[in-house]
Amino acid sequence: MEALPFEEAFEHLETAIAALQDGKISLNEALQHYQEGMKLAQYCNELLQRAELTVQQLSVDDTGLLSVLPLDV
Amino acid sequence: MHPLGPLDEPSVISVSVLAFYLRDLLETNDLLQNVWVRGEVSNCKTYPSGHCYFTLKEGDAQLLCVFFKSSRMRTSAPELCDGMALAVNGRVSFYERDGKLQLYVEAVKPLGTGELFERFEQLKVRLAAEGLFDAERKRPLPSQPAVIGIVTSPQAAALRDMLRVLRMRYPLAQVILSPAQVQGADAPSSIANALDLLNEHGEADVAIVGRGGGSVEELWAFNDEVVARAIARSRIPIISGVGHETDFTIADFVADYRASTPTAAATAAVPNIEDWRIDILEKRQTLVALMQAYMSDLCARVERSQHDLERVSPRRLIEQRRQQLDDSMERLQTHICHMISLRAERLRGVTLQLHSLSPLLTIARGYAIVRRDDNQKIVSQVEDVQPGDYLTIQVQDGNIPVEVRRRRNGSLTF
Repeated sequence: MEALPFEEAFEHLETAIAALQDGKISLNEALQHYQEGMKLAQYCNELLQRAELTVQQLSVDDTGLLSVLPLDV
Repeated sequence: MHPLGPLDEPSVISVSVLAFYLRDLLETNDLLQNVWVRGEVSNCKTYPSGHCYFTLKEGDAQLLCVFFKSSRMRTSAPELCDGMALAVNGRVSFYERDGKLQLYVEAVKPLGTGELFERFEQLKVRLAAEGLFDAERKRPLPSQPAVIGIVTSPQAAALRDMLRVLRMRYPLAQVILSPAQVQGADAPSSIANALDLLNEHGEADVAIVGRGGGSVEELWAFNDEVVARAIARSRIPIISGVGHETDFTIADFVADYRASTPTAAATAAVPNIEDWRIDILEKRQTLVALMQAYMSDLCARVERSQHDLERVSPRRLIEQRRQQLDDSMERLQTHICHMISLRAERLRGVTLQLHSLSPLLTIARGYAIVRRDDNQKIVSQVEDVQPGDYLTIQVQDGNIPVEVRRRRNGSLTF
């Protein structure tokens, strides 16, 4: 699950819920969706907890080349 | 002795003494106590107290003005706003506390719209006619921008305000600052250039163009046509956040979204992850509830099946059959008992009857039974015996063995 982007993880979480809502699944599948969903929710929360805004600055050198530099503000 | 120092040193006076002196100098000058001054209103602020403070500008000079509520009421002066050209009447004095020389306004006379304001209006009309402000040109802002471009001054407090909001609301984002001068003569081209660079770099999903509050002159770059055109040609959707709530600039009209301040612009640019946290929490609860519902449904189904199974179980049938068998056995037994007692009854009757017919009774009355000894057959007629046969005569209390000597029809001789 590591490196899964937040948006995708969140989408998967919604899929797990939809599958459980359907109800026409085996117990095994239901348990899998449930466990997967709980893990995803936890993962999403951790991602939000860990997230840190990155700030960069655009700069142009003499030859007109664009680059981004880290910016401490 | 001089109160401020020895007499032989140059005289040193306190600030308040000088301030008092200045005020006195100004207030005793007749010209300064009733003067008309012409200029353009800027930095105009009216406080809840009703007092109005503004700067009157003309060329490179400016003068602080105070228009107290009482004076405003007395002259029923119009509501002042930035850019107005005025002739102001009042007295000049020195405000010791702030060290300011200011004009205490007694009356104002509007001289028509200011030059800046006129230029603003002309440009607005022209760009509107070109369709640059049209609603259908406005692009929707991305709901979850990964990269947010910001065009402003790196030193500005506005940048720190915007970054603070972005850190708080949406730390998942990446910010790319495209630095620009936001005031001064070079500001318009600097802003336009920074915006173009951001487009050239191409990674930003949305861009904020803005600066913090200031005077009309300080915000004027955002009323420049160069900036308006740069916003219009930007492929990246633009949020404008210039000055305060009451400031409207040309940039605001061209931008895809007008935010009232830089902080509001940052807020508009991103979703709030706090909402997501709540959403995730709710989704977790939904998961738990759904799983519980699923399990209880399953349990109910199992229970129902168990009931169904019990209903069709052969055990019941077996029990039923067993009972039927028991019933039958009982009925059989009753029947047999009945039959036996019936038979017994009949037997008794027959016995009685038999008894009544018993030859023994006849014998008792003096009759006898004669049997042949060889075959025990009863002798009832003469032909039954031959002389020499042995017979037994049974009488009431015993038997008499006899031998046949001869036979005679009609009567028997022994």
